[in-house]
Amino acid sequence: MSDRTTADAEGLEARNLVRDYRIRHGMRGSTLHAVADVSFTIRPGRTIALVGESGSGKSTVARILARLEAVTSGSVLLDGVRAPVRGAALDAYRSRVQMVFQDPFSSLNPFHTILHHIERPLRIHHPRMSAAEARDRAHELLERVQLTPSSKFAERRPHELSGGQRQRVAIARALAPGATYIIADEPVSMLDVSIRLGVLNLLADLQRSDGLGVLYITHDLATARHFSDEILVMYRGEIVERGDADTVILDPQHAYTRTLLDAAADPDRLGQLREEVRRGG
Amino acid sequence: MADPRLSSPEVEPLPTSAVATERIVRANRVRTLVPSLSGKLITGLVIVGVITLFGLIAPFFVQDPRDSSNPALLPPSPEHLLGTTKLGYDVFAQLAWGTQGSLFVGVVAGFVALLLAIVFGVLAGYFGGVLDEVLTLITNIMLVIPGLPLVMVIAAYVQHTPGLGPLARSSFLVALVLGITGWAGSAVVLRATARSLRTRDYVAASRVAGEKPMRIIFVEILPNLVPLLAAQLIFGVIFAVLGEAGLSYLGLGPTGSITLGTMLNDAQTGQAVGSGAWWWFMPPGAVIALLGAGLSLINFAIDEIVNPKLRIAPQAARSQRKAARAGRGIADDGAFA
Amino acid sequence: MTAQPVLTAHDVSIEYQVDPPVNAVQGVSLTLHRGEILGLAGESGCGKTTLAYGLNRLLKAPALQTSGEIVFHDAAGDIDVVGLSGDALRRYRWDKVSMVFQGSMNSLNPVMSVKAQLDDVFRTHRPGMGRAERAARSAELLGLVGVDPSRLTAFPHELSGGMRQRVMIAMALALDPKVMIMDEPTTALDVVVQRGIIREIMRLRERLGFAVIFITHDLPLLIEISDRIAVMLEGRIVELDDAERIYRTPQHAYTKRLLASFPSLRGDRGGFVRRRDDEEGASAS
Repeated sequence: MSDRTTADAEGLEARNLVRDYRIRHGMRGSTLHAVADVSFTIRPGRTIALVGESGSGKSTVARILARLEAVTSGSVLLDGVRAPVRGAALDAYRSRVQMVFQDPFSSLNPFHTILHHIERPLRIHHPRMSAAEARDRAHELLERVQLTPSSKFAERRPHELSGGQRQRVAIARALAPGATYIIADEPVSMLDVSIRLGVLNLLADLQRSDGLGVLYITHDLATARHFSDEILVMYRGEIVERGDADTVILDPQHAYTRTLLDAAADPDRLGQLREEVRRGG
Repeated sequence: MADPRLSSPEVEPLPTSAVATERIVRANRVRTLVPSLSGKLITGLVIVGVITLFGLIAPFFVQDPRDSSNPALLPPSPEHLLGTTKLGYDVFAQLAWGTQGSLFVGVVAGFVALLLAIVFGVLAGYFGGVLDEVLTLITNIMLVIPGLPLVMVIAAYVQHTPGLGPLARSSFLVALVLGITGWAGSAVVLRATARSLRTRDYVAASRVAGEKPMRIIFVEILPNLVPLLAAQLIFGVIFAVLGEAGLSYLGLGPTGSITLGTMLNDAQTGQAVGSGAWWWFMPPGAVIALLGAGLSLINFAIDEIVNPKLRIAPQAARSQRKAARAGRGIADDGAFA
Repeated sequence: MTAQPVLTAHDVSIEYQVDPPVNAVQGVSLTLHRGEILGLAGESGCGKTTLAYGLNRLLKAPALQTSGEIVFHDAAGDIDVVGLSGDALRRYRWDKVSMVFQGSMNSLNPVMSVKAQLDDVFRTHRPGMGRAERAARSAELLGLVGVDPSRLTAFPHELSGGMRQRVMIAMALALDPKVMIMDEPTTALDVVVQRGIIREIMRLRERLGFAVIFITHDLPLLIEISDRIAVMLEGRIVELDDAERIYRTPQHAYTKRLLASFPSLRGDRGGFVRRRDDEEGASAS
């Protein structure tokens, strides 16, 4: 794990993010507060989990950090500097902050080869790299995400790979520009169950070796607890609880967090629901 | 066949029905973009191929189509395969040059229309916002104005512009006019598709990776639009060939060249129907009809590529019925018999 | 839950007629008892959905059942499900065995109101029912599943995901079947809504006494609510046992692997690589 530098400003910071949408109901309109005053900081080598259900605003936060969406107010700061919205400064931001999308089937272009998906970000962010160097580096990245031998995968198209393999390609693509912050938007929720741990462990390994800062967005509390250092619980655009991962799970403070935890499947409670219902619950 | 179970940490099977679908699809394909050779496609390609070859090669082997030294209004004979016109032109020669002329107009107009449709459709669909509003406004205006009168007006205006000389009544100009009036329908379709592709994750991923918008359009979006673009191009060609025939019939066509349309126009003014000279007007009409039919068949085949379900569902039902009849098992009167 | 069998499948094989053929289900045998919840666990491609459709005789082309028997033990006698056809098959489906499908948005007709769709069920299977009786029963069904009967006139898109799923369950209950097959009924829903629906299903089971085949990849959920669990892999059942035994003493390697994929919420890490190096202890896996 990389040494934590003493610079307190180091990190990807979301400061008072607000994102409103205007919804039209015929002639009238209303405002949807998708994100309402969200603040947190991702430090290198640490993982923050953003937990919530659909409509909580967690995906919107991810898209804001990835500069895919604008903010209504608030700001995103990288190492203390406001994140840009266009131009060469945005390119520099993008070379450090990258995203892994939820759906492994639609986040890769069916028309292009795997190699193309990884070479493009390399060429964009390292313009002085020659074609041969880019190719070699792309192969290296494929090996890093355990798609070995890389030659077997390089020339294939996305539909020839399984979901887990595609997600590994997506991770390699995110690493290509030399990113130090990864925003993982539900990276394993669309994968088969027995594959998920492998992909999450890969992310954990890469985080340790590269000192990455990771924002892990999920609705699954169990993986959030084991995969991250800090958990932020979002409900209707607001952060209702935050804290150390183990603490939030084992000693929740907010009522919503407790509801979420109760609703999660827990095999240790086997038979309980049946008994409750039998007694008239 | 690429086996998804490549040697890597996971062995993760696809859903069974997806595997089955993939196998049907793969059994038919050579490569991702090459269409499966269905009956429709082969028929269409053959018809269009024969006509194109005819238009390209035959002009070298026929007599001068403007040689009026032949006897007039001769029915088909060994020396004049399709007879002669009122002015003594050999109809077969005219047909050969006419096919070439019509194909030229069709292809040029088709490409011009496609280019404009891409500009007004894909750019509007991808960028949205003010650009979208402006481009869509123009597209809607073009859609609302009736096609043929617009073409007539523009053609008449352009052809009477002094200073253009022989260009004024050339088939190239007619092709241009048809192209710039025939793109609106395609633009609407392309805009809708580009808008939906814009929301795909891989486009968002390209933006996050740092790709510039124009590169995204060319490298990420357009390649996925190729079957649709092919279909729109073919529509454009059909529209242009028929449009040119219509223009020529109204006397606004390229009198400087010979096309199937000018042949029909000459036949009409020369009272071919009245004189019973079927060999004069039927061949060009037949070629136009066949060309339109052949191109349409190719378009249907492209439809089946873009939407494989059109092909797979009947096939799946067939193989199930066959196996059930062979006693291999019980089929259900299920969701899809 | 009595030990009386209500549905028996013996050596069922289902094949997709493509080239080369896909053996979706291979020699599956299972017995469902009255009032029992049997969980069917597995990942994509294991054949659980195909098996469910097969039990209901709803297989979609090019799927074909190539072998095996399916017997429904009705009060009036045994019914050979595989041998049914035509009207007899229509009477069997939904009346004796009904199904709740995955993805309610795709299973409810978007242009028909809830009332019309429930009406449809009654008109098809209970031609003797009058209009008033149908309306009364429809309202009763919605009340049973926890949906306000005033929503009868709503269209599917006007309802939330959870409510749509409840409507699907109401439709499946309409004819008082003895077996309900549920294919990932709550997977697309939020976890809180999911818990509500599961509770509703169990409440209804207590009241009406039907048996459930619950299909999902969520093994912890199955362990919580099922009486017995069958684990499927590549078309075969690799383990079939009481829920508690599957959880505490899994026998098959795949069952163990599946269990290990679900880190415990309140317990230890399991297969996870250690996240935080500042903690003591060996890093796992």
